[in-house]
Order: sequence, then C-alpha cells, then structure tokens
Amino acid sequence: MNLANSAIKASRGDRLFMFGVYLFLAVALVVVLYPLIYILSASISSPKLVNAGDMWLWPKGITWDGYTLVFQNSKIWTGYLNTIIYTVLGTALNLAVTLPAAYALSRSDFVGRTLFVIIILVTMFFNGGLVPTYLVVKDLHLINTMGALILPVAVSVWNLIVARTFFQTTIPRELQEAAQIDGCTNLRLFTRVVLPLSFPIIAVMALFYGVAHWNSYLPSLLYLNDAAKYPLQMVLRQILVLQEMTAETTGAAISGDIAKAMNSKAETASLLKYAVIVVSTLPIIAVYPFLQRYFVQGVMIGSVKG
Amino acid sequence: MKAETQQVQAMDGGLPLPTKLAERASLGKRIWRNWELYLFVAPALVYFILFHYLPMYGIQIAFKNFMPAKGVMDSPWVGFAHFERFFNSYYFWDLIWNTFGISLYALAVGFPLPIILALAFNEAKNGWFKKSVQTVTYAPHFISVVVMAGMIITFLSPSSGIIVKIMEWVGIDAPQFLTDPRWFKTVYVLSDVWQSAGWGTIIYLAALAGVDPQLHEAAIVDGASRFKRVLHINLPTIVPTITIMLILNMGNILGVGFEKILLLQNSLNMESSDVISTFVYRTGLVDAQYSFSTAVGLFNSVINAILLILVNRIAKRTSETSLW
Repeated sequence: MNLANSAIKASRGDRLFMFGVYLFLAVALVVVLYPLIYILSASISSPKLVNAGDMWLWPKGITWDGYTLVFQNSKIWTGYLNTIIYTVLGTALNLAVTLPAAYALSRSDFVGRTLFVIIILVTMFFNGGLVPTYLVVKDLHLINTMGALILPVAVSVWNLIVARTFFQTTIPRELQEAAQIDGCTNLRLFTRVVLPLSFPIIAVMALFYGVAHWNSYLPSLLYLNDAAKYPLQMVLRQILVLQEMTAETTGAAISGDIAKAMNSKAETASLLKYAVIVVSTLPIIAVYPFLQRYFVQGVMIGSVKG
Repeated sequence: MKAETQQVQAMDGGLPLPTKLAERASLGKRIWRNWELYLFVAPALVYFILFHYLPMYGIQIAFKNFMPAKGVMDSPWVGFAHFERFFNSYYFWDLIWNTFGISLYALAVGFPLPIILALAFNEAKNGWFKKSVQTVTYAPHFISVVVMAGMIITFLSPSSGIIVKIMEWVGIDAPQFLTDPRWFKTVYVLSDVWQSAGWGTIIYLAALAGVDPQLHEAAIVDGASRFKRVLHINLPTIVPTITIMLILNMGNILGVGFEKILLLQNSLNMESSDVISTFVYRTGLVDAQYSFSTAVGLFNSVINAILLILVNRIAKRTSETSLW
C-alpha cells in the first residue's frame, strides 16, 4: 500500500517536472522566434505602423516597397555579388588547403605529423595580434584586394582538427593499407578512395567555411578601402549600424520641419532596413534546416576530440 | 589535445627497443614512401607560417618604435616604454574593468543557460515540438554580427523599437539602452545569449547521449524522481564537458567579442563599451600608433595565456579534467 502510494506521488512530481521542462522549452521557443517573425513581418508592413508600434506580430498594411528599394539599391547588389564571389572562391580555397592537410595529419605512418600538429595547435592559443597581422598583409601587397579577405583565413584550426578526426575515425585503415599494397599512390588513394567516402565531412567543412565567409565583415573593414569591393556585410553595416547610430545619437536635438522631412526619410530607411536583413540572411536561414544534420554532426565530431 | 601529448610520449619512449631500432633504420625510407603527404600539408604549413608565425615575429615592434620606412627589423628599440605608457594612462583601469566586466557578466549569464537548455532537451520526448524548438533556437547562430547589431539597434530604438514599445505597454519606463553607458553590458550579454544559447546545447547533447541507460533503470527501481535523476545522473555525466568549456571560456576572457562591441559602440556609451580589443583597433589601425597598439595587444594575449594555464591547472587539481 505504502509503496503504491509513493509511486503515485513520485509520478505526480514527475508530471509537474515535465510540465516545467515543456514550459521552459516553450518560453525559449517564443523568445527566440519572436524577433525573427517580427523582422519578417516588418519587412512587408507599412513603416508608419511599424514605427508606431501598431504592427507587433503579423504584417499590417502590407507593402512590398521595402524589397523594391532593396532591388533598386545598386550598392546592395554590388555587395551581394562580391559576397557570392568571395564566398565561393574563399570556400574552394579553404577546402583545397584543409582537406589534404587534414588527411595527411590523420595518417599514423606520416613521419613528423606530431610536430606539424603542434605547430598548428600553438596558433590556436597565441597569435601575433591585430597590428602585426595587418603589417604582414600589407607587406604581401594584399591590401585592397580579394586576397586579403580569403588568404588570411585560408585554414581554420578548428575545422582542420574536425576533418582530421573524421578521417582518423571513419576511413577504415585496412582499406587504405589494401589500396597501398595494390600499388596505389597516396594521391590516388586520397582522391579515389578517401574523398568519395568523405561526403559528410566535405559538406560540413563547406558549410562552416561558407557561412563564415558570408557573414564576415572584419577583414573587409581592416583591409579594404575601395567601396566597390565591399562585401554585403560592409554595405549592411552602413545601412543598419552607422546610419542608425547617428540617427539615435543626434535625433533628439532636431525639431519642426526638419524632423518631418527626417521622418519620411526615416520611414523609407526603416522599410529598407527590414527588407535588407531578410534578403541578406535568408539564403542561410532558408537552407539551414535542411542541412542542420551536417552542422550538428560537425560540432559533434569536434567535441569528441575536445 | 590530450591524445596529442600521449602520441608524443609514445614516439619518444613508448616503443620497445627492437622496434625502435628497426624504425630508425628505415626512417628515410618511411619519409620517402609518403613524400606526397608532405605536399598535402605544405599549403597549410605555408599558411600558418605566413599569417600566424610571421605576425608573431612582428610582435617585437611592441618593444620598438616602429617606422614603416625602416621595417620591423631596423626600427629602434625602446624597451618597455609603450607598456609603461599604457599602464600609467588614465584609461588603463577603465579598459580592464570593462573587458573583465563584460566577460564575467557574459560567463555568469551565458554559460549556465545552454547547459540547462540541453538538460531540458534531453528530457523532452523526441517529436515535432522538440525538433522545432531545436531548429529555431539553433538558427540565430547563423545571423551575422552586423545584422545582429542592426537588430539590436532597431529593437531598442527609443522612438520606434519594439522592445521599448512593449515596455511602454506594460508600463515600464524604458531606459536609453544604446546611449546610456549603464545599459551597454546588459544589452551586449543578453543579445549574445539570445544568439548562441541554442547552438551551445549541441556539445552538451552529444555528451548526454552517452549516459548509461542502466543507471536510470536502477534509479527508477530505487524510486528516484525524474528531477533527481537529471540532477544526479545526467548532470554528473556532462561535468567533464562543462569543465572543458569553462576552461576554454576562461582562457578567452579578455578576447571578448570584439566585432559586436565595435558595431554597438558610440560616443555616448564609450565609457562602458571600450574594451582592450576595440582600443587596440582604434589606436593601431585608426590612429596608426603601430607599436603602442601592438604592446597593448601583447599584454592582452599574455594575460589570456596566463588565465588559461591557471584555470587549467585548477581544473586538473580539483576534477582531473583538463585541456592538457
């Protein structure tokens, strides 16, 4: 009797606990989802209603003007095109340098690999810093070229280790040895045997590197001075941060007619703002749910090593 | 990293003598047999030498008066002059306080949340709800810092920001989030939590997948409640992962997210938003005081390295989990 009683009690406590768990997850869902929905809704709502706070969840006074503005803005398109070029070439370079190196470092019969790994790992914990790196990029005559955006980030130590762990744990050693006994050279072994078996890691690497290129703004801030070469993120910085910040910090002192003129300008600006956030982020957010598996896999392979 | 040191040890003295002799004899052969593998690593090595070791060599300008015309080598030595200037400057303690303040605040709020969220994910039944919460909470990880900064500025705008509006509806007077120095750190930390808490769960979920189900079965037989099982079985299982993450975070305490701070900084919140890394950027690349900026950056790296080693040692002594 007593036992049965306590079992029921426990299960009631468990139910309460599970209620708490689901409530917590629901709150997390709402908190994260709300800003995303708001941005989407605001991008197709009348800016008057958005700025007044009348639009707070679903679109109101639907208008596509924001997207028209984005499509008409040549700066955004140049930036978009530049970003696509930098992302494609940068990622190709990343893969071409990272994968062979990771494979070589995964081979236990590779004399000197410990030394190479140490040389590489040291850079994870110590680096030259901003100015010395800038001076090297300058001495290599990379300032204001695409090279400055893709060469200094040609390899990420983290990604290299993830790829190496993958090769070490997933490609059967026996298979490689058998291929070698058959007289297969290392180059053929890598391109014909190892790479075809490594689709998951190639996908993970391409995704990690690709997203990093797409979202990067710091190298272009440091090394580019020609606005025509700016990637999308630098254009976004101009639209979303610099203009807005000046508006926020100087806005208080203006009154009357100027304020009215500024208001209508501000409305156009706010339309453009939401639309450009959607246009710039959508490519990644839209593909991501389909590729989530690979991203998660990448983090997990990395954590095994941790 | 642990495995690495073990390999070093194995190479140095782990092998029995005969094998070692045999291997010594064929060292040249073993290198020659895999000559292609050296070509495989060559581009990566060139990269690390050019963009990591060459800058490390360039750190010497922290002790020199760098003159572009003379180059790194021939610029005159000045010893610790730049460091003295930095330590004695009126902004030194402000920078230190801001950097530590933001990092520790971010650690206190941002570190436990992914752990709690991961434990909750682990309890929830596999189904559409759990999957959608995961997909949604992971998504902000892919938003660029520029867009993130833009969203923060938009949402907190005193005239039209939706967060300000919501606070008004509830009846709270919204502070000047972006221009009041007292609010900068909170804005920075909470937006960071929003963006990265979900993604941060993955590493803990991987560890939670390794919990032995027999432990749970035994605990159920003993009448342990669900909450007790999470607390006494699941949490202890991921403690090593938590320790490693904590060490890595501590080692990066002065390397606080420079990109986002730079974007959110303005003349009005400067007194609480200026951190060492933004200061290095401003003095170095905007004002072109190359040597001084390098000295400040070096100070930053050294403190980071010391913290990392210290925390790692503490962790090793208290929990037997450590980076190396």
